[in-house]
Amino acid sequence: MIDNLPFLVVAITILLGLYTILFRKDLIKMIMGISLLESGVNLFLIALGYRWDSIAPIFTGAPSLAMVMPTVQALTLTSIVIGVATLALLLSMVMVIYRYYRTTDVREVTKLQG
Amino acid sequence: MDILFDNLPGLLIAIPLLGAFLTPLLSRAGDSIRNAWVLIVTGLSSVCGLLVASQVLETGTIVYTFGVNTVSNIIPPDSGGIPIRIIFTIDPMNAFMLIIAAIVGFCITLFSVSSMERLSGKDGFFTLVLLLIAGVYGMIATGDLFNFFVFLEISSLAGAALVAYRIDKGVAAEAGLKYAALSTIGGMLFLVGVGLLFAQYNSLNMAVIADRMQLTGLDIIAFVLFFTALAMKCGAVPMHFWTPDSYAMAPSAITAFLVVSSQASLYALFRVCFTLYGGQINPLTVGWVIIILGILSMFIGVTMAIPQKDVKRLMAYHAVSQTGYMLLGVGVGLAALSSTCLSQSIGVMALKGGLFHIMNHAIYKGLLFLTAGVIMYRCGTRNLNQLGGLGHNMKWTMVFFMIGALAIAGIPPFNGFASKLMIYESTFLFNPLLAVIAMVVSILTLASFVKVFHSMFMGPKLPEYENVKEAPTPMLIAMGILAILVVLFGIFPQQVVDALVAPAASALIDYQGYISAVLGGA
Repeated sequence: MIDNLPFLVVAITILLGLYTILFRKDLIKMIMGISLLESGVNLFLIALGYRWDSIAPIFTGAPSLAMVMPTVQALTLTSIVIGVATLALLLSMVMVIYRYYRTTDVREVTKLQG
Repeated sequence: MDILFDNLPGLLIAIPLLGAFLTPLLSRAGDSIRNAWVLIVTGLSSVCGLLVASQVLETGTIVYTFGVNTVSNIIPPDSGGIPIRIIFTIDPMNAFMLIIAAIVGFCITLFSVSSMERLSGKDGFFTLVLLLIAGVYGMIATGDLFNFFVFLEISSLAGAALVAYRIDKGVAAEAGLKYAALSTIGGMLFLVGVGLLFAQYNSLNMAVIADRMQLTGLDIIAFVLFFTALAMKCGAVPMHFWTPDSYAMAPSAITAFLVVSSQASLYALFRVCFTLYGGQINPLTVGWVIIILGILSMFIGVTMAIPQKDVKRLMAYHAVSQTGYMLLGVGVGLAALSSTCLSQSIGVMALKGGLFHIMNHAIYKGLLFLTAGVIMYRCGTRNLNQLGGLGHNMKWTMVFFMIGALAIAGIPPFNGFASKLMIYESTFLFNPLLAVIAMVVSILTLASFVKVFHSMFMGPKLPEYENVKEAPTPMLIAMGILAILVVLFGIFPQQVVDALVAPAASALIDYQGYISAVLGGA
């Protein structure tokens, strides 16, 4: 049970993120939802890579225990960097939209329809 | 020279990436130097793409591992049979997509060098164009799922930034925001799927995962996540809502390449269905899901296109509709190949038709979007109600538009006819109703383009466009290359199918071959 706790947290974070994206009417809040989704996915990757009673693969002075292959940690780092870039781009677009439309409400940002 | 040829797949990514980040620096030296640099970089990477493709078609699948000096070291002996490095796997299917990206990539750069002439902010623009090209090459060439995710994000971020590049009173930013948000959500869904597979099979390499695939419950969840994410990114109905917005608001040359980037996602969708889950998923169910998506895209796309007044928005809805043909062809291929009462040749024919349509679509749709770009450049509007009588002054543009329009409507002797005929023939034997729907959609497409042609080029000269000039030469060359290909592929379809499409189709079917190319006959 305790092993699966991280995955429960992951599921809650991802679902909260999806809920925020689908049901909030404010662009900034939707982007917060996307950020939650990203954090959930990153947590999922990290939780996958955790092994009980193992150590990080640093060989200098290491005790003779099993070492963890650090693939997922590398993936998560990459994914965090991509997430930062995405968030910056999304938020800057919202800034531009706010400058011209004077609102961030999705019900009013609707010049493209049909 | 040998070392260059050995590392061509690596250069494929390295050239545009390096070129992208040197572009702002070289812009300091002046516009003409920057333009020359951008053209050289895309030209080189296109040559690279074509060389890799021809090498693959001659000698078979290339497996390129980053960071090893001998080719045999794909799987290090002490890694327990897991390829731990980044591996590019280029089989004839990837080669086929590379050729498309190489041709269209060069044409759009040539076009935008000229169309951006009078506008500001060219440094960032060309940097992003090169990044977009690098991202698409990466998506096509990689054989590693996480690597695919990274390139997917590179191409979507660059694409979204380019869509929003001309802010256009905030409207383009709105379209860009939609594209960026949707791509991010799609990318995250994809990444969860990658995590689920990695947890079970301890690998990110597509061939290894395909080899170990057990089809557990988690694998099915991962499959659904991949399918949703990639169908979103290729713009199939009901996840198509971003396509008209972003295709219409992006600069025209970029739209032509966004089509290719959607098709790279489409390629990945087929790769997941055929190779990653090769022989494991139920082909009939998945085939029918793809067919239904295809039919919906075809029909909804074309019916939404007919009432549009904005020429680029209209073309964007047609892009959705044409994506439906590709899905239909490949879906029928998947379903018919597994069927016991139909002969294999029907499935192969449908698959070939669907794949051939990807190539034809990229070329004629690129041509059409470029002609729309010329109209925007010379007349400053995209509204069909305000345009008219342009045929008097813009003769070449009119001819190119006509070639593209007839090709998209599937009129012989243009390339759209060749691939649509293959889809009709095989689909009719599989299920006649599907073929009938496909033909009706084709007729509606023709009707819609006749309207566009008439309202843009026909009629008397309008006073406000009295002195409108023909497009500048680089734009004409870019459109000319694509137009010549449209006609050539239409007149000699059999040669193109035999040389490019048939190897791609058989590579897609033969997932064992893909696995053994990476794992060395394991």
